[in-house]
Amino acid sequence: MELFAPLTRLRRHVHERFVRWALRVRPPEPTPIVLTQRRVYVLPTRAGLAYAMAMVVILLGAMNYNLSLGYGLVFLLGGLAIVTILHTFRNLVQLVIRPGRVEPVFAGEPVGFELILENTRRETRPGLQFNPFMSDEEPVEVDAEAGNSSTAIISLPTERRGLVELPRITLTTMWPLGLIRAWSYLSPAMRGIVYPKPATHAPPLPWGGESAQGATRDGSGRDDFAGLRAHHPADPPRHVAWKAAARQPDSPLLTKLFSGAAAERIWLQWDDLPDTLPLEDRLSVLCRWMLDAEKAGVAWGVRLPAFRLEPGSGAGHLAEGLRALALYGLERAAP
Amino acid sequence: MRINRPVTQRQCWWLLATAVSVLAPLARQLPLWLVAAITGTLLIRGLLTYRQWRLPPRWLLVPLTFIGTGLVLWHYRTLVGRVPGIALLAVLLSLKLLELRVARDALTVVLLAYFLVLAQFMFDQGIPAGLLAVLSVVITTATLAAASDDRPPPLALVRRCAIMLLQGIPFMLVLFILFPRIDGPLWGLPQDRHSATSGLSDSMSPGSIAQLAQSDAVAFRVKFDGPVPPQSQLYWRGPVMSDYDGRTWRVTQRNIVRPQVPYLIDNTARDAIRYELTLEPHGQRWLMVLEMPDAPPANAGLTSDLQFLSNQAVRTRLRYTQTSVPDTAFGQDETPQELASALTLPRSGNPRIREVAATWRVQANSQVGAGDTAITATPAADALILKAAEEFFLRQLLAYTLTPPLLGENAVDDFVFGTKKGFCEHFASAFVFALRAAGVPARVVAGYQGGEINPVDGFLVVRQYDAHAWTEVWLSGRGWVRIDPTAITMPRRIADNFISAVPSGEPIPLFARADLSWLRAVRNRFDAVANGWNQMVLGYNAAKQREFLQNLGIGEPDWRRMTALLAGICGVLMLLLTTWILWQRQKLDPALRIWQNFARKLERRGIQWQPWEGPLDFAQRAGEHWPERREQIHAFAQRYARLRYARTTDEGKTSALNALRRALRAI
Repeated sequence: MELFAPLTRLRRHVHERFVRWALRVRPPEPTPIVLTQRRVYVLPTRAGLAYAMAMVVILLGAMNYNLSLGYGLVFLLGGLAIVTILHTFRNLVQLVIRPGRVEPVFAGEPVGFELILENTRRETRPGLQFNPFMSDEEPVEVDAEAGNSSTAIISLPTERRGLVELPRITLTTMWPLGLIRAWSYLSPAMRGIVYPKPATHAPPLPWGGESAQGATRDGSGRDDFAGLRAHHPADPPRHVAWKAAARQPDSPLLTKLFSGAAAERIWLQWDDLPDTLPLEDRLSVLCRWMLDAEKAGVAWGVRLPAFRLEPGSGAGHLAEGLRALALYGLERAAP
Repeated sequence: MRINRPVTQRQCWWLLATAVSVLAPLARQLPLWLVAAITGTLLIRGLLTYRQWRLPPRWLLVPLTFIGTGLVLWHYRTLVGRVPGIALLAVLLSLKLLELRVARDALTVVLLAYFLVLAQFMFDQGIPAGLLAVLSVVITTATLAAASDDRPPPLALVRRCAIMLLQGIPFMLVLFILFPRIDGPLWGLPQDRHSATSGLSDSMSPGSIAQLAQSDAVAFRVKFDGPVPPQSQLYWRGPVMSDYDGRTWRVTQRNIVRPQVPYLIDNTARDAIRYELTLEPHGQRWLMVLEMPDAPPANAGLTSDLQFLSNQAVRTRLRYTQTSVPDTAFGQDETPQELASALTLPRSGNPRIREVAATWRVQANSQVGAGDTAITATPAADALILKAAEEFFLRQLLAYTLTPPLLGENAVDDFVFGTKKGFCEHFASAFVFALRAAGVPARVVAGYQGGEINPVDGFLVVRQYDAHAWTEVWLSGRGWVRIDPTAITMPRRIADNFISAVPSGEPIPLFARADLSWLRAVRNRFDAVANGWNQMVLGYNAAKQREFLQNLGIGEPDWRRMTALLAGICGVLMLLLTTWILWQRQKLDPALRIWQNFARKLERRGIQWQPWEGPLDFAQRAGEHWPERREQIHAFAQRYARLRYARTTDEGKTSALNALRRALRAI
């Protein structure tokens, strides 16, 4: 294998140069991506080459035995080959691809990039295979439904926290006969956030001390109804006064307030952790704390060097905190 | 197709269907034990698929393959050649089905199946066989499609593949017509064992031609350039038989010794007949020619007794063009050896006819004044003897029948003096015997006489029941003269056809019967279709191609010009098909289309609509950028929003659309 290493490198290099040329714009490219005729490439597959070989053999047989119908057969197969080139090409061309959502994940979990495929045609485009460039993994196969949008989710493994960018994607199809391969390269600007991996053996939440002001360990205060106020989009759905909304359909939504919710506050602080703990481990512990605090239903705040999050709770709050941990100290900050 | 994807149960069913569709038409050509073995294998494979049991292990398959190959080798004694090769492919295909693991195996089966479709054509290229092959190709192609995506229901797959094949047909036609044809074989064809073909054989014994007359198989078809000559001129000359053992006449000359005809002929004569003959394969080397051609066809020559022989046995349909001139004299300077062999008789047998013949010689010799006893060759007397023989045969009141009685030891005597019933071979045989006994050189010629014009396509169709035997007599100064002893006693056989000469009630072929005219009409129609197929599709060879292209005005087509033409036409076809296939039918909502025009109009002003912007938001933003048109933009956006999102009736929609268009123009 060592012997072939330079060759493999050369191949990759040539391929890379080809793709650079093929994409024509420097990645990432503007979206939505429309697969125009110019950026869809077509070549026979190995099965297609075998088919061509079989055609040559049949042609020789027809010539040798002067079989007119043999000529007819081989020319029909030839016509089929030409037609299948067009069908395969057509399966890809004029497909519109938009970036979709990328759910944040914790390090170690696979991150899924969602691509939205818009097919304006009246026929389904079956067998679209998505694969990261030069990857040997089994590709994600999707059918783009007729006159509709479909999604393809490309999963990538993650190891470290931070931002993960969608690498260049090869979109391939061999539909309908598997003899011809049509492909195109995509590099939409898509990035996902990878939170630090929650520490498995974290110290307990820092209750008490100066960081936990007026906190009580029982979170019972949540149930004490304290009144209503106008609904804000960030309020958790389960706090919406649905019954009131049902009684008066035209009035704006209201949010129920609970007296206990503000009673517990906890600060999760960078400085609470020993200095000897390495950076990544520290972030892991903070991550675990955030999750635990959120689960305990208390209002929690975060203090990091150069970052401060006032106490609060809810999915949005948690996401903000985790995001700060994910991007902590990285050169390229969040967009 | 991902080569390593495992084969699913559905794909297995597809592959089985493919195997059945390509193997079934070959079953007739393969030995029974092989058909049984293959059927068994397919059934086992079907059971394995149905129950989803494990496939046999490789250590079992490898010996099975060897055993299969060995059995084919044992049966045919060889593996090369048409039939053994196909038998071997059939064995391999059925065993490969037991080894379907990944997509690569499926692909192998599919490609083998395509090749086996070609194999069918080696035996039969008729229209039904062609249609059957189309079915096989559709199923095989659907299997190929299923090998990469087996989710669609079978009928949908078949339909899709049939459509794709239909789209490929223009390319097929262009390639079929323009692809430079090379006349095979490219390499020597292995000698296959004789397949059963009917036709004349190289020997003739009493009853052999009468047997042929029971067959209405086509022997050959002829297209005349000018008017069709009268029936009595249509003597299609075949094998010449000189050697007689008392019962059977045999061909003696089997080698081509002359590349050209040895007689003088004027092919510009007014009565010269130009025609194109399509000979059905008969497994022998004779080429049927109308008396007497100006040259042998291509790849053919003549024997010393003027049989026209092809270089190889005629195993495929053969077509040749010829010019014949009737009443051409030939063989005036015949060699003594040839004349001697045309006088040879067995030493004994048929004493009565020998006696009669001797009297002819004596009388003739005395008439020309050459003495009255010696049986010496006196050329001047030969013409008189011939005349005497003709009169004698007429006087004998011989009857023409398809069911001649059996003859004894002295076949000629029994026929002429005893049963008096015979078919053409009896007449010819007896006549030549008598003449030879009288010392006149004579020989039997076999061939076909007459034929029937198919009114549908104008071809003269000559069938096996037109087989005939006549004689050639050598006269000094005149050469070989054709004498038809059947015509002497039964002139209708030659003037009309053999049916009219046969007494009613005899078993004649169904299609030859005059009373079933509607059946003949149907048969003629079918025959014309089959002949058109033969001539235009199956017979489209290098020569026909050249002729066709010249008629198209392409001139002398060389391969470069043809390739250019081929590439050009295929390119244009491809372009047409591409436009058709890529044609995006814009089925946009009319309101949306007007909105796009609006967005484009504003884009020219430098205001870019973003897909996430609602109409009213965008109008707000656009109005700020283009204050002069703010009101019109707002009016348009509101109309658009109302049209898209408010409830409207169909009539209201039309007027709203028009209003929207007006609003756009106002901007």
